[in-house]
Amino acid sequence: MSKYYLFQDIKKCIGCHACEIQCKSYKNLPIEPELCKIIQVGPKFIDGLPKISFVFMSCFHCETPWCVSACPTGAMKKRARDGIVFIDKDMCVGCKACVSACPWGAPQWNEDTGKVEKCDFCMDRIDNGLKPACVVVCPTDCLQFGTVEETTRIRRERHASVVTSLDKE
Amino acid sequence: MKKEVFSLCLMCSVRCPIKVEVENGHVSWIEGNQNVAGINGSLCPTGAAGISMLYDNQRPQSPLIRVGKRGAGNWRKASWEEAIDYVATRLAQVIDKNGGQSVALGERTQLTTHVSKTFLNALGSPNHFTHDSLCKGSVNTACRSLFGYTDEQMGINYVNTKHIVLYGRNIFEAIAVKEVKALMNALEKGAKITYIDPRVTITASKAHQYWMIRPGTDLTLNYALIHVILKELLYDAEFVSKWIYGLNELRDFVEEYTPKWAEVETGIPKEEIIDLAREVSRNKPSVIFHYGYRGTSHTNEIYMRLSILMLNALMGSVEAKGGIYFRKGPGEVGKKPARTLLGQNFPKIDVPRFDKAGTKDFPLPFAPYGVAQILPYAILNEDPYPIKALIAYHFDPLMSISDTNQTKRALDKLDLIVTIDINYSDIAWYSDVILPESTYLERTDCIMQMNDLTPYMFLRKKAVEPRYDTMDGAMILKKIGEKLGIGSYFPYETMEDLVEWQLEGTGFTMKDFEEKGFVTYGTGDIFWDRDNIPFLTPSGKIEFKSSLLENAGFESFPAYEAIPKREDGKFRLIVGRTAIHTHISTQNVPYLNGLESENTLWINTIRADELGIKNNAIVEVASSVGKGQIKAFVTDLIHPEAVFMLHGYGHEAVWAKRSFNKGLSDTVLMENVYDKVGGSAAFDETFVTVKLL
Repeated sequence: MSKYYLFQDIKKCIGCHACEIQCKSYKNLPIEPELCKIIQVGPKFIDGLPKISFVFMSCFHCETPWCVSACPTGAMKKRARDGIVFIDKDMCVGCKACVSACPWGAPQWNEDTGKVEKCDFCMDRIDNGLKPACVVVCPTDCLQFGTVEETTRIRRERHASVVTSLDKE
Repeated sequence: MKKEVFSLCLMCSVRCPIKVEVENGHVSWIEGNQNVAGINGSLCPTGAAGISMLYDNQRPQSPLIRVGKRGAGNWRKASWEEAIDYVATRLAQVIDKNGGQSVALGERTQLTTHVSKTFLNALGSPNHFTHDSLCKGSVNTACRSLFGYTDEQMGINYVNTKHIVLYGRNIFEAIAVKEVKALMNALEKGAKITYIDPRVTITASKAHQYWMIRPGTDLTLNYALIHVILKELLYDAEFVSKWIYGLNELRDFVEEYTPKWAEVETGIPKEEIIDLAREVSRNKPSVIFHYGYRGTSHTNEIYMRLSILMLNALMGSVEAKGGIYFRKGPGEVGKKPARTLLGQNFPKIDVPRFDKAGTKDFPLPFAPYGVAQILPYAILNEDPYPIKALIAYHFDPLMSISDTNQTKRALDKLDLIVTIDINYSDIAWYSDVILPESTYLERTDCIMQMNDLTPYMFLRKKAVEPRYDTMDGAMILKKIGEKLGIGSYFPYETMEDLVEWQLEGTGFTMKDFEEKGFVTYGTGDIFWDRDNIPFLTPSGKIEFKSSLLENAGFESFPAYEAIPKREDGKFRLIVGRTAIHTHISTQNVPYLNGLESENTLWINTIRADELGIKNNAIVEVASSVGKGQIKAFVTDLIHPEAVFMLHGYGHEAVWAKRSFNKGLSDTVLMENVYDKVGGSAAFDETFVTVKLL
């Protein structure tokens, strides 16, 4: 697992897909490859209320990435210093072994180049102290990027503020 | 070479502040302007697709002049000089024969609206109109009736609200970034949403209470809510006794409109109606009954909007934190707004507008915006006189005004149709001349005066040179004007000149916008003292008993009339929006088209079963004015009496290849009927039949 974690606050997500579009815009991708994708489940009526789940799917940047092991050319790599899993496109031959290997569909196919594209947490931006493209534009701030420790704290803080009554009259 | 430019988005009309990064003359990144509180870098999906729009080649790349039949799509390229000359010559012929008033210009209200109005004023035509009557004509009239202010002079304090009631106001799918963020923050602090809509939306999925109301009965529900509030004394007594004119009349009026009565009409259990009245009362004045957009839109819409605003007034949520407020302009802090060209002396115009707004025939709609949906009638009937030329400027009458077939028949009577737009819109395709405008990333625009709880000015600033042979709208009109001998009304050579001219006397210059992308006149939110609110009605109060309506011969409290009954087997057609597209203008943008390229017809499962319609089946939808084919989406998420479709599909412009002929346009089906008091188009009035093909 990389030292980073991309946290999606499902409660705040409105499934607008701004994250996906900004990702494509930044990476200058054609329409088909979706390095991140909001998957909608529902609406379904639960206790009389319509509920929808929007699940943000990109790449988990695994500790032992299937895609890296599967790649025969060494194009798919894990960055030593922070564990980001990325693809060196010059070395990709388009064999799709990573696509077969990944249990979550993270590696995506770019028909224009005949190579694989994959979320790299916008590592060039991170290296400049910036946030990934998807996180910057999220209209509800439901996407948060940071270290695992920072992002788990968000959950705890939110839970704490919900159960406390100090705010209320 | 890398540079950063602060500007304003125009993927929709909200005009969110953005920062654009440019590398070697190429836009490499757009984000929300981090300097603006409540934006913090965010973009909506259409805003994020700005680059996709800019580098798309399926948009007009030079002026085009029609060579074949109208709408047939035969064009020849023209230079700007030739195209401007062509338009000016034909306009001059029309004016010579029929007078200046025979020229109409319609636009989506924009930063250059003062330039378009100047153009028509100088030609002696009163026939400038905007899209506003289609969006919210009766909202505007209702606000003026009750408070003396237009809806644009009012705002909603989402961030501090404790309960917001939304009538089809699909906030999380019709995204204005600031609004969405503010409401999401309020929800985190414990605010509640009640969402009312015959169709389940994403906003419904975030609500604490959702009512699948019977279509067309929002007004019914409101009268019952008011009934409960008055009967149980749930209103803000102090505010009401100080500010309401006509409470007793209202009390007598709603006496018979009980929750029990409303339950039958709306399908909402009476206990739940009573509970909502009690619950919002506990949170007053930090409650909002959202007055628009959307909600049910019928020929009596004015009374629906008034009833929503009355609910706010009863809760005391007017000029209140977490309620609704009046926007504060530069005058509030002793400063001046940017100048507009409209301060000039124009020739006197003594003919009425084409829509007769502001005359005794149609007294109440807001004349500065006009009433767009009257245009086809005015042209066809030559009433009050012949209209012979139309300039469609960032506005598409074919896909925005109901009854496209009728609108086409009207357009066919015109001697000249000119479109100024960035897209191959359907009206561009039906025009005689297309004058392509530079996109928002390629042009500097007029000042945006942003009045809110505190006044600001924003600037749209050119980030890159135009990619194609396009021009700024305000320059196009100036150049046509020069050929027509009215050039002196346009005292600028470039957009930068015009902006600097606008800023004279404000104490700011263009340079002041460079640091943050905006300037502010003051600091901090300004709420007026609630004991001294300057309502601009004749009584100086909130007029439930309305001088505006009654002086024009309309009742303040006309007896309730149910909307027309549905015939057996028919459906009420309702329409709406998605986060992925802006009305009719983005369906061909590559990334957005990739996410949503076609609309479907939502139809209730039980009704679909009766008709033998399965999910994804192709059906024919027909109304009294048009018909078309569309894919069915069979679902429990819509009221059985209604069918729903997204607005903005079924484009006819062939060169916008991705969106051409995809899905069905709602305006082909909708009848062009409207609220004759308030001025709104009545978009939910049409019934349709649906049959399996």
